[in-house]
Amino acid sequence: MGKLIGRRLLAAAPGLAGVIVVTFLLTRALPGDPAAFFAGPAASQQAIEEIRRSLGLDKSLPVQFGLYLRDLGRGDLGKSLTTGQPVRSDLLSRLPASLELTACGLLMALAVALPLGVLAATRPGSWVDHLCRMLTTAGVSLPIFFTGLLLVYVFYFILGWAPAPLGRLDAFASAPRDATGFYLVDALLARDPGLLAAVLRQLALPALTLGLFAMAPIARMTRAAMLGVLSSDFVRTARASGLDRRTILITYAFRNAMLPVLTTLGMVFSFLLGANVLVEKVFAWPGIGSYALEALIVSDYAPVQGFILTMASLYVLLNLSIDVLYGMIDPRARIEA
Amino acid sequence: MNWTRMVWLLIALLLMPLSEARPQSRSETLLVVVELGPNSMDIHGVGANRPSYQASWNLYDRLMTYGVKTLPDGTRMYDYSVLKPELAESWQMAPDGLAVTFKLRKDAKFHDGTAVTAKDVKWSFDRAVTVGGFPTFQMKAGSLEKAEQFTVVDDYTFRVTFLRKDKLTMPDIAVPVPVIINSELAKKHATAADPWAMEWIKNNDAGGGAYKLDSWKPGQESVFVRYDEWKSGPLPKLKKVIVREVPSAGNRRALLERGDADISFDLPPKDFAEIAAAGKLEVVAHPVENAHAYVGMNVKNPPFNNVKVRQAVAYAIPYEKIFTTATFGRGAQLMGNPIATNTAGYDAKLSPYKTDIAKAKALMAEAGVPNGFETQLFFDQGFATINEPAAVLVQESLAQIGIKTTINKVPGANWRGLMLKKEMPLYVNAFGGWLNYPEYFFFWNYHGQNAVFNTMSYQNPEMDKLIDAARFESDPKKYADLVRQFTRLAILEVPRVPLYQPNLDVAMQKGITGYQYWFHRQLDFRTLAKN
Repeated sequence: MGKLIGRRLLAAAPGLAGVIVVTFLLTRALPGDPAAFFAGPAASQQAIEEIRRSLGLDKSLPVQFGLYLRDLGRGDLGKSLTTGQPVRSDLLSRLPASLELTACGLLMALAVALPLGVLAATRPGSWVDHLCRMLTTAGVSLPIFFTGLLLVYVFYFILGWAPAPLGRLDAFASAPRDATGFYLVDALLARDPGLLAAVLRQLALPALTLGLFAMAPIARMTRAAMLGVLSSDFVRTARASGLDRRTILITYAFRNAMLPVLTTLGMVFSFLLGANVLVEKVFAWPGIGSYALEALIVSDYAPVQGFILTMASLYVLLNLSIDVLYGMIDPRARIEA
Repeated sequence: MNWTRMVWLLIALLLMPLSEARPQSRSETLLVVVELGPNSMDIHGVGANRPSYQASWNLYDRLMTYGVKTLPDGTRMYDYSVLKPELAESWQMAPDGLAVTFKLRKDAKFHDGTAVTAKDVKWSFDRAVTVGGFPTFQMKAGSLEKAEQFTVVDDYTFRVTFLRKDKLTMPDIAVPVPVIINSELAKKHATAADPWAMEWIKNNDAGGGAYKLDSWKPGQESVFVRYDEWKSGPLPKLKKVIVREVPSAGNRRALLERGDADISFDLPPKDFAEIAAAGKLEVVAHPVENAHAYVGMNVKNPPFNNVKVRQAVAYAIPYEKIFTTATFGRGAQLMGNPIATNTAGYDAKLSPYKTDIAKAKALMAEAGVPNGFETQLFFDQGFATINEPAAVLVQESLAQIGIKTTINKVPGANWRGLMLKKEMPLYVNAFGGWLNYPEYFFFWNYHGQNAVFNTMSYQNPEMDKLIDAARFESDPKKYADLVRQFTRLAILEVPRVPLYQPNLDVAMQKGITGYQYWFHRQLDFRTLAKN
């Protein structure tokens, strides 16, 4: 297993190097002028040139790239002009927010989509099957920001059940001590049930929004894979041998149907990290998606580069863990790799 | 613990009353929701954004501040004609009018407890004129240019020597830029490469103002707590102010309407109009002084280098429609008049312009382009809520006189670049000046020095002469005459067509009192209270 992981990481290195080069060139190709923007409204041409110098943007592209690589080597991702902070600390403080939200959304989606897909496959044509079809169609066809705003409107504005969409915590609650940055974990570590409840309440709507979006592909894939497996020879054999329904469904069929579902899951997770941007905007969630978007609008290079690099590394790790999980579910995959 | 019990526990947790998560009393805490938060606590910092001015305004004191006046509608605004003591107890003009001596209050202390002395004042003024960029520029607007102008007479006496007689010098000392910084504290964090401790003050509180910085998460929230030892004015009522960033305008409105947020500036005009009509919340509106939204034309290049074409555009603009559909009537109509309604020299009769397509067509024919031409119309995407409908209406109207326009929506950083290049043939934009003097506005927007805000590249020696003369004219009659002359010239030559004067609207809960309009258009926490 260790060898597999090592080889995978090595194979990802050229890809990451490519990402570094391409994002550097792409950000420089943006038409905006960060020096002009950050020099402020009343800046003279001279003031703008001063800022350009202080940002190192007066140097030639290869020199800028060299400096960028040197800083990267030191773990320095540069400085964001939008927040005025080092990109590294910005990303470190915001990444847990994004990951926590995405993970919760995915868990919510799994909790509904897996049973729904399995039930729909065992009873094709029944009401469960129709419900499954309806939910998946709705899930893919409703734009994520729309679902978000709708949920806020109904559950916060009209009914008043959900807390104010003010980000990770109510404005009057104090945040847990920064142990991991994941508020759920931090609240548990602090043994503070009140705080945990507050965090969960804030998480509920945004996670639900993401979950609704993620549910569709998972449920569909589960249903399709289960249908395939249930009509295969070994399930027929198992049935003929008189094994009880539960064992056939869970132990034999579901485990085998998991492989395509897992692949979809990997895709959905990376998809969700991207879709986060919209949910973050709607719920004032301080994640990395909205951070990168803000930076992009004002041509703030460093955060954009840092964001893409972080996302690329995340994808590499994600794919790796999917592969490892594959091996755990299906031993054949292990040998092949 | 088994699963069912775990689930029940979770449900129980979710149902627990909210009070557990709300330790502070809400009546002494103000929750402000904003679209964008500060990127610096230091107004002198490079690239400090407008929300930074608000942070700085409340964290720091200045030597003087402005008086307050109550308007006929009962709302309050600062009074630019009255300067009042803040850190300075009193001041005395030199007999020749070329210097001013400030006496500092002796009981003032910075947030860390050290006394505020004249050397802190000098250090702060030196910093503002030295570090470059916006602060230095703003100081220069009041003829405050060199460190040699600032002298420490004794611990509590500070003198400013004037370079020339400039009526903007004293008002400029009360704007947000010349804040008084704790110089001893700052010097501890200064380095050889950073002698003014820019890096440290950006993220930390080195002030002595009415509020202290409690915590700051850039891009999320900043929290301010009252400084109980503050001596430069009556002790503020609010113990704590939380400024939260909520990017979605719809949610900011929902938060206000549900009563969860207390106050916000950042709503589209349509929302302000609706909220004001609904009457559940208080909406206070002030037309922004010395400001206008306008359609600009590049006068350096054809076809807009022809004054007849520009006048044709001024007659083709649908002023009324723009005012009602783009701004929902939140502001004041200007109809081609460059001076705002609450600025000296405003005279509605000066501008002949109104929507008159026949006249516009005649002017196009006179200009030799009866069949019109094609051009591009630009606006800043950051202000699309207002600019987009305005641009579409302008496009529609210009098509009637044969000018076919393509609309270009430009994102933030590109917009600044385009403004600097001065190549946009036609664009929609707005400008507001801090100091409420028409010649100050004209200096930025119509003067041949060609500042970035003169995006039209309008240069006319006659105009420059009038603006410069007005700035240093002390005789009120002659001054009024000069203002009238340059206003006339701007209307006749019409390098830009002023549309309307925008409002500064604020929506707040009914129990909030003490709001007052400031020229810097930021919230002054010190006067606010919650009932």
